[in-house]
Amino acid sequence: MNTKNADAIIVGAGWAGTIMAKELTEAGLSVIVLERGKEHTTAIEGAYPDSIDELRGAIRKRLFQNLAKTTVTIRNTVDQTALPYRQLAAFLPGEGVGGAGLHWSGVHFRADPNDLRLRSAMEERYGKNFIPKDMHLQDYGVTYEELEPFFDKAEKVFGTSGTAYTVKGKVIGDGNVFAPDRSSDFPLPAMNDTFSAATFRKAAHDAGYHPYSLPAANASQPYTNPYGCQMGPCNFCGYCSGYDCYLYSKASPNVNILPALRQDKRFTLISNAHVLRVDLDGSKTKATGVTYLDTTTQRETSLKADLVILSAFQFHNVHLMLLSGIGKPYDPVKNTGTIGRNFVYQTITTSRVWLPENNYTNQFIGAGGVGVAIDDFNSMNFDHGPLGFVGGSPVWVNQAGVKPIAAAVGTGGHGTPRWGKGYKDALVDTYKHSLAIDAHGSNMAYRDVYLDLDPTWKDAYGLPLLRMTFTWKDNDIRMNQYVVNKIAPIARAMGATKVSLNHLEFGQPFDTRHYQTTHLGGGAIMGDNPQTSALNRYLQSWDVSNVFVIGSNAFPQGMGYNPTGTVAALAYWSAHHIRTTYLKSPGPMVQA
Amino acid sequence: MSKRHSSSKRKLSAAALRSVSAIAVCLSSIGASLAAPSTPDAALIEKGRYIAAASDCSACHSVQGREEYTGGMAFALPFGTIHSTNITPDQEHGIGAYTEEEFARAIRRGIRKDGSTLYPAMPYPSYARMTDEDMHALYVYFHNGTTPSAAQPPKNTIPWPLSMRWPLIFWRGIFSPTPKKALKTTQAAYDDMILARGAYLVEGPGHCGACHSPRGLAMQEKALSTQEGDAYLSGGAAVDGYIPPSLRADDRTGLGRWSEDDIATFLATGRNQKGSAFGSMTPAIMHGTQNLSAADLHAIAHYLHHLGPSRLKEKPWVYDPRVTNELHQGRTTERGAMLYVNNCAACHRTDGAGYPDVFPPLAGNPVVMSADPASLVHIVQSGATLPAMHKAPSALTMPSFEGHLSDQEIADVVTFIRQSWGNNAPPVSKRDVEKLKKTMPPRNMSEGPIPQN
Repeated sequence: MNTKNADAIIVGAGWAGTIMAKELTEAGLSVIVLERGKEHTTAIEGAYPDSIDELRGAIRKRLFQNLAKTTVTIRNTVDQTALPYRQLAAFLPGEGVGGAGLHWSGVHFRADPNDLRLRSAMEERYGKNFIPKDMHLQDYGVTYEELEPFFDKAEKVFGTSGTAYTVKGKVIGDGNVFAPDRSSDFPLPAMNDTFSAATFRKAAHDAGYHPYSLPAANASQPYTNPYGCQMGPCNFCGYCSGYDCYLYSKASPNVNILPALRQDKRFTLISNAHVLRVDLDGSKTKATGVTYLDTTTQRETSLKADLVILSAFQFHNVHLMLLSGIGKPYDPVKNTGTIGRNFVYQTITTSRVWLPENNYTNQFIGAGGVGVAIDDFNSMNFDHGPLGFVGGSPVWVNQAGVKPIAAAVGTGGHGTPRWGKGYKDALVDTYKHSLAIDAHGSNMAYRDVYLDLDPTWKDAYGLPLLRMTFTWKDNDIRMNQYVVNKIAPIARAMGATKVSLNHLEFGQPFDTRHYQTTHLGGGAIMGDNPQTSALNRYLQSWDVSNVFVIGSNAFPQGMGYNPTGTVAALAYWSAHHIRTTYLKSPGPMVQA
Repeated sequence: MSKRHSSSKRKLSAAALRSVSAIAVCLSSIGASLAAPSTPDAALIEKGRYIAAASDCSACHSVQGREEYTGGMAFALPFGTIHSTNITPDQEHGIGAYTEEEFARAIRRGIRKDGSTLYPAMPYPSYARMTDEDMHALYVYFHNGTTPSAAQPPKNTIPWPLSMRWPLIFWRGIFSPTPKKALKTTQAAYDDMILARGAYLVEGPGHCGACHSPRGLAMQEKALSTQEGDAYLSGGAAVDGYIPPSLRADDRTGLGRWSEDDIATFLATGRNQKGSAFGSMTPAIMHGTQNLSAADLHAIAHYLHHLGPSRLKEKPWVYDPRVTNELHQGRTTERGAMLYVNNCAACHRTDGAGYPDVFPPLAGNPVVMSADPASLVHIVQSGATLPAMHKAPSALTMPSFEGHLSDQEIADVVTFIRQSWGNNAPPVSKRDVEKLKKTMPPRNMSEGPIPQN
């Protein structure tokens, strides 16, 4: 007797979940998407001019996770006791339909080919001994060449603006000379440079580097994607990160995929549905469905399906796997188990450059994905041999629009007064004449940096919270310091009157009180070896073959680039193989 | 309920029988199409469904929140309110008891089963020209392809003696053509097959003139077909607070600068490079034209495109960059300019060009330049939603500015829009805006589904 509620159940209505839902409904499957948060409607919440209310938006965190219901606990090292993360600060997971894909900025990269096989590439170039013993450096198990069609597809769905360097081996534009080859150009031309980005472009060029336009899922022109969904062009209002775009210019699941999905009768979306666990059969090798709590009625419901896709935010996916008993939890002492292993972040610091007073940087102008970057110190684009670290950072000016409260809270830089006339003068000077330069770096995986279930703290539903054990390691601090120092000549070439170079210090612990990035990764990584990865190269659980786990949780290490483009490509890659292989013969797609 | 259940069961077993025989037939010729052959009935029902869409029956007979085709749409007249009726095949409350002849007589001649005359809110003067073949398909569809319902629309509230229907016989006699005559005028005029098809769809089932043609003292359409003069489709009186524009080649206030493709795209998706649907045109596209074939939409476009202008003195619109240049230089001294920059330009841009297909242009837009500013003022007051269509799944919204802008500010900003970039419509006063507030349509999204993108 077949009593299933749908062919597939998808947990989370962000980018990964909606891509999977679109692909699976196209394959003829009935799909239920469960989203823990509420519906988000740009037509109402994002209606101009209320949408661009900074207090309601970025300050009071309108689109972000409600930590009063569930959160994580955090500690730096294994000998500490973790405490709950009660106020959104260091990282900002989204909540509600669209997920983090609704509040993101829009920087839309393809992964660097070397980053996808970083262990192999580093060993080939520098030898096995170059890699520190406690570093869990691993390959993804999938190559750029394999992912290329799916990067391409994602860009066309997102309406990504950019300038290519090569298409099919031929140089066609002044894009990133370090970028891998493409099968087709960006669907839209690059966004225009802000003044600060143009200044950086020229200075970086003069300093001998190779500037390029950031690929942005902010539409530079009106755009209709392959699903028929429409985007309006960006007007640089600056309300991207933390906001729903009232111009429909920033790609989001809500704008770029859901309008088409909602017309499909095979698609059902249930919001306010907090998934408590994936239900497994007695053998623990097959999922039968999921159980969720309707947060409006407090009623628990179990749904049955042949296929379960976890596509919640990175650490929620790991949390659900641990709560459900999918796979073996990671043990850092014995160095066994895979769920929670290779928890990674990014190493990001922001430096500031002040220009002469006749230069107005107009920081209220901007867009989340717009800017100019150099990749000269990213990935393996430079010689690590004498440097003694693994990883790198793109460096960029990404003027995303500085809003009034953020500008006022920010100070005039190191050494300026925190109150009075001196503070005000510095604030005005900083707002009018300065620009920010980010070193947006990678973060490697280590044996004692991981995720597990907290032994003490529980969430509002009585389930143990996820525990993060994370701090900065010397390898990544060395990398950050090296790259930040490379900003100095660029600042000089800009004619800077003052420069504040910010980098991590050795021994500095991870501090959760200040925003760093929401680009968390790993914890349920993909790979070729079931002993060291939770998922195979198709993002299928090694242990429960009808569960696929899509998201940045699959990244073995944190790359310098923003993760969304790679998450989207991995989702399309996984969906492609589910459609062409798995559905014909369900079961493990790679033999362990 | 149980009746319906057993009848659908009956249909099922019949279908099963048919497919068994179909398989038997197919077995001898492997490689032949395995699709079960559709019965004439099913094909006829589909054809009827298509004609119902072309005739936009839903526009008046399906109301949100009620079962399909159970009527209930209110038509507020100066002397009372009438409601559209239940046209489901329910024997008692719908049209289940109508014979095909009675059905055709009601649609084409406006005569009910009981012999009384229908209010001309039912566009039978246009439907008069529908062919017997289409009538037959429509009859089969409404009797076999829709769900019977006993839902009753609210009672009409026309006081006696106006509630007597017999005087309408005279109205009908004078203003509604006989089917034979109507069909002849519509068919006779064209050698071009596409033009003839377009004329049939527009003048007949599409009943575009019901809104887009001016009406006379007796509320009759001044022309029911292109043969009857240039008044046909030259723009009508306000419907729900919006002015149906001229569909003729009027350069500033009609479709003079729309190509055939523009028209066809608009009817398929509610949007094109030149503008977006609003008001009652939105449901007309949603329930009606988006369901038509590309060939039929092209025929409609071809026909509309061949109509000449009705306002011969209209000077062709030419883009004037003066205001754009001033705004680009930060000069916002003109009446309404600063309001425009702060409230409108994000989407419609300082050059008035909008973002074609997404946010409509205001420069050269006929809606903006119509003599009566009601549409423009009402869109600013109420906002607007362009819902998802099959071929354009993105819903696009404009927020309501009522309450956010004062009457004076709305007057100023719409005047700015009406007189910039080569637009040359008369200014709008605070008094005009106050007056139009009384007929303001419901605020955007206060009724109807909320777009979820």
